[in-house]
Amino acid sequence: MSKTLQRAAWAIAIIGFVVGLVGFYQRLTLGHTATNYGSYVPWGLWVAAYIYFIGLSAGAFLLSALVYVFRVKLLKPVGKLALFTALVTLAAAMFSIWMDLGHPERAWELIFRTNFGSMMGWMAWLYSAYFLLLVVELWFAMRADMAACAGEAGFRGKLCNFLTFGQKDTSDASVERDMNILRILGSIGVPLAVAFHGGVGALFGVVGARPYWNSGLTPITFLVGALASGGALLVFIAAIWGPNRGTEQHKKLVVFLGQIVLGLLLFDLLLEWAEYSINLYTSIPSHAASLRLVLFGQYWWVFWIVHLLIGSVIPVLLLAFSGKNVTAVATAGALIAVTFISVRLNIVIPALAVEELEGLKHAFSGPGLSFDYFPSTAEWLFFIWTVSLAGLLFLIGYSLLPLVTPQKEA
Amino acid sequence: MSNILEKESALVRMQADIKKALQKPEDQRRWVMVIDTRKCVGCHACTVSCVAENKLPPGVVYRPVLEHEFGTFPNVGKRFMPRPCMQCDNPPCVPVCPVNATWKRPDGIVAIDYEECIGCRYCITACPYSARTFDMGHTYSQGTPQQMQYELEPNFEYGQEWPREEGVSPEGNVRKCHFCLHRLNEGELPACVTTCIGTANYFGDANDPDSLVAELIASPNAIRLKEEMGTNPKVYYLV
Ligand code: SF4
Ligand code: SF4
Repeated sequence: MSKTLQRAAWAIAIIGFVVGLVGFYQRLTLGHTATNYGSYVPWGLWVAAYIYFIGLSAGAFLLSALVYVFRVKLLKPVGKLALFTALVTLAAAMFSIWMDLGHPERAWELIFRTNFGSMMGWMAWLYSAYFLLLVVELWFAMRADMAACAGEAGFRGKLCNFLTFGQKDTSDASVERDMNILRILGSIGVPLAVAFHGGVGALFGVVGARPYWNSGLTPITFLVGALASGGALLVFIAAIWGPNRGTEQHKKLVVFLGQIVLGLLLFDLLLEWAEYSINLYTSIPSHAASLRLVLFGQYWWVFWIVHLLIGSVIPVLLLAFSGKNVTAVATAGALIAVTFISVRLNIVIPALAVEELEGLKHAFSGPGLSFDYFPSTAEWLFFIWTVSLAGLLFLIGYSLLPLVTPQKEA
Repeated sequence: MSNILEKESALVRMQADIKKALQKPEDQRRWVMVIDTRKCVGCHACTVSCVAENKLPPGVVYRPVLEHEFGTFPNVGKRFMPRPCMQCDNPPCVPVCPVNATWKRPDGIVAIDYEECIGCRYCITACPYSARTFDMGHTYSQGTPQQMQYELEPNFEYGQEWPREEGVSPEGNVRKCHFCLHRLNEGELPACVTTCIGTANYFGDANDPDSLVAELIASPNAIRLKEEMGTNPKVYYLV
């Protein structure tokens, strides 16, 4: 079963990569002229994709801390998968936001001309630190296994051999040493992940001009959303690519992760309720304008059907009533992880899709001077390409690196 | 007859006001714009003159004229409200810029460094007046066989030449009204002020108590938009 799904994943990723290539080509040749975001809705699908991916990354990483910091034995077999997922989704996030810039070639300024008074200024530094930490942590997590596979024939063996950088000690003492280093790295990583993802939330939260974002709860909602979506993705990955599939141990692991995700999703929904109800009951009507767009606007179905029905109700039911069935849990994980892009879109767009001054809508016309936003074909294609690229990176990494090691951990 | 000729035109007076202000050090000027909504007829000439002055491409606008219709027939009214950048004294668009590419100058004008702006558009989201727009690289002759020369001519924003070239700033940047800083520094009024057919626009140095704008903003019918936000705009409306 999981083998078929693995093959299907390859097929989908390759098709997506080829089709999406058009979007990437259009981005390179047409710049921002083929997009539907612009001056009044300046951030669109690619920004939503960025916070979606970075949320997945933060979530997967924070769950890996259960393995490396809190040493939860049951989850150990998927520790490396979690780290690698975090790395791949981080790359996708960075790529998405990089291509969204008007001048991508100036991205280096984010490091060399940083304004630390801006939340966005902090991001470049926090992501760089996080990237380094992830790579180092992944290396320590895989070192012993790479040393073990270094002897294998073929490309994989050679790659493992190279990546050990000569550190081929597989003794218990060396593994123990790695685990201790991992605990330290993970302990640094947890506050770092909280800082950078809470920071993205704050990036939106501090914008006083947009009442929909301007809430102290925003960074918290971002973090909980990250944990729920990242956890959901990890459950799905663990079910399909995790080690020892079909064994009781694998089932226990998936079920356990599933219950964590259920808790996180419910908590996320609680925060959403808090945010929505306060905003809707607020006595200043214009402050609730964005929210009314989410719930009753032209794209109401994104909230009610994609997020609430497919991304919340069905997964909650699956996890609550079939929580012991690996297929059900994996399905729930996939549904949550995939539909979470709707949550991110509903954070970014509605805040911008309301007029700041009455009459602006009809005052002047031109491309990008509209409050109606729906991503253009080029935007969708490029998004598909980014997702597929991340998928391919994951699949290639999975087949070349010792991300799962059934023999040892069984 | 002689009376009419002797009466100084507002434009002449404002021109003298800015020449006077230019004698002072930059940080002692306080450029202010006053828009008399009672005189505005909604002709959009200012919007168009701004587009021409700054060679704005499609999708970029510094000064749209907002229209409001109210009342029921036969008591119907229309109000027109040109909306330039407010050049806020506490500009929310400035602190958010991750690379310090936008800042408040000593004379109070909020400027953007086209060479440094990375085009992240965070400042657009932070402006409560939607005064910033994104230059996505559109051209008017897009989709036609030949690009027109007029589209490639440079504009002179911030006192520099900016010829239009694909992928080159200000394309890919966020752009906004700068009170025609390049004209001001040459002793000229902003393009919108000189173009207005009804002299509904006033401009000058509010730090000079004798200037026309100082007189106008002291009247009780002078208001500013979203005053409660504390952004302290330097654009006043006479209502
Ligand atoms: S009106 Fe907007 S762009 Fe202009 S200074 Fe104020 S916040 Fe900045
Ligand atoms: S778009 Fe340019 S000026 Fe605006 S915040 Fe980004 S870098 Fe700064």
